[in-house]
Amino acid sequence: MGLLTKKDAGLILDPLADNNPITIQVLGICSALAITAELEASVVMAISVIFVLGVGNVVISLMRNIIPSKIRIIVQLIVVATLVIIVDQVLKAFAYELSKTLGAFVGLIITNCIIMGRFEAFALANGPWKSFLDGIGNALGYGVILILVGFFRELLGSGTLFGVPVLGDPIEKTGLYATGYENNGFMIIPPAALIVVGIIIWVQRSRNPALVEEN
Amino acid sequence: MHELKMKYQGKKMAPAFNAFHTFLYSPNDTTHAGGTHVKGADDLKRTMNTVIMALVPILLFSMFNAGYQHFSAINGFPENFSVMEHFLTWDNFWIGIVKVLPLVVISYGIGLVVEFIFAVIKGHEVEEGYLVTGMLVPLIVPVDTPLWMLAVAVVFGVVIGKEVFGGTGMNILNPALTIRAFLFFAYPTWMSGDKVWVHGAVDLAGGPDAISGETVLGFLAQNKEFQYSVSDMFFGFIPGSVGETSAFLCLLGGLFLIFSKIASWRIMVSAVIGSLVMGLIFNQVVDLGWIGETSKFYGLMSFDFWKHLIVGGLAFGIVYMATDPVTGAQTNRGKWIYGFLIGFISVMIRVFNPAYPEGVFLAILLMNVFAPTIDHYVVRGNVNRRMKRLKNAVILPKDSDSKAEELKAETV
Repeated sequence: MGLLTKKDAGLILDPLADNNPITIQVLGICSALAITAELEASVVMAISVIFVLGVGNVVISLMRNIIPSKIRIIVQLIVVATLVIIVDQVLKAFAYELSKTLGAFVGLIITNCIIMGRFEAFALANGPWKSFLDGIGNALGYGVILILVGFFRELLGSGTLFGVPVLGDPIEKTGLYATGYENNGFMIIPPAALIVVGIIIWVQRSRNPALVEEN
Repeated sequence: MHELKMKYQGKKMAPAFNAFHTFLYSPNDTTHAGGTHVKGADDLKRTMNTVIMALVPILLFSMFNAGYQHFSAINGFPENFSVMEHFLTWDNFWIGIVKVLPLVVISYGIGLVVEFIFAVIKGHEVEEGYLVTGMLVPLIVPVDTPLWMLAVAVVFGVVIGKEVFGGTGMNILNPALTIRAFLFFAYPTWMSGDKVWVHGAVDLAGGPDAISGETVLGFLAQNKEFQYSVSDMFFGFIPGSVGETSAFLCLLGGLFLIFSKIASWRIMVSAVIGSLVMGLIFNQVVDLGWIGETSKFYGLMSFDFWKHLIVGGLAFGIVYMATDPVTGAQTNRGKWIYGFLIGFISVMIRVFNPAYPEGVFLAILLMNVFAPTIDHYVVRGNVNRRMKRLKNAVILPKDSDSKAEELKAETV
């Protein structure tokens, strides 16, 4: 890590595990539940959020000394909205089918709690380089969970990964389906994502008891 | 076994051995000095065993019924039906042994393995809670349910429905119904439709020997005629989930549970009232001509209100599921509300659910979620009433010391 100091590296690596935005801070849950039925959608969503949060954090951090604090939320919203529209237009231009699958959820990145949370908590108080690392780190932490949930939901729910059948053909009854296996319809519906995220939180906390809150 | 228990005391596997030990023998350790010495005889194990005893007749009946429905669907229903000749036959029972017994074995086997694993990890005793769940599960699924699906669902139900909340007594939802709901949403083709309710209907479908496996409610939902008489429905000689068909045996089991004070009669009675009220409302809607014969709800809405109790899983659900002491309401007034809404919503879902004309398990799960809220408001209501009474009460000064007076004021 010649490029990054130890502290800077922590900005990227911490949100991946012990300070994960979804499983520890419990932010950005809505989109994690809504669009993770397919792995492809999860990956695109993760990349979009990495872009928006990385660039957004830098922009806010550069403007942090000139934003009047009374209207800072409005300024933040405008920055996010601009970035989200860029993402949306790019998706519509180059991946139209996918942008239809994601539907409103790309637009709803604006309201993703992780983004406003990082702007408020980090970018307003730190320099551009650190804010950039923090943004990338948090978005990666979000993306990792999204992809993990998407992996299990698509594999168990549809028997495919990135739309490619990996368990055989359910109609022709080949591969695993020849033994009587069937896709789990429960995994397709959003409540399943809630349970998968819950299981990830459970596993993470039992591996690291320091994360368990006292109550 | 006593020696084994001693040998493994304090080891990691101790809970597993203790579970076998308490299951087979009476306990060999005595109460600690200074602790409680008087204990009720109706401990958790006794309670669970009583419920299982109430379920055994239903299991036996369902084994015969599985065969009876299978052969009747193929050969036509017998004229001059006689129980000894057509129902209690070895052929029928054999189908039951082949099809129903494996469901029971898988349900108990997988469920208890999960319980043992959790007991060893957590280091607490294996709880008896699964004994009833394991018996209920095979009775509320269709007879041809693939065994691996049941196994997956049992693992899900026991882990997510019960163990994550802290095990028996801590669960919010009834574990058996969690398993049923998981199966229903995960594998709808095996849990609904007109094939799965009779053994063999799925395999024979599409061929020259295709047979119908439709339930009474299924016929009604499609506004079709069916051939089952009222006594067929009451005694349970109809297709359906394995053990749900016989309202008669559910009634006997319910009376037994009320007599032995295991299950709450308030919940049962109010659930029956609730379903009758909803059924009457629907009958009225039909009588007033608000809904035409062409409506897709006509069949179920015009179904006589009291017959809702003897078809489908309503009787079974009310007696064995709604009365679960852990997930139901705890206060007496709460039990009335809780039971009434279960019956009411069950019939409502039954009529309006377009995909699947049954809703007992959904209604009970929904009310499981609301039970603590109902209890909360019942308790608050009681507190408020007593506060009002206290405010209006005239506390007469007496020549006793002030402490006794304070105590009296508190206990008004």
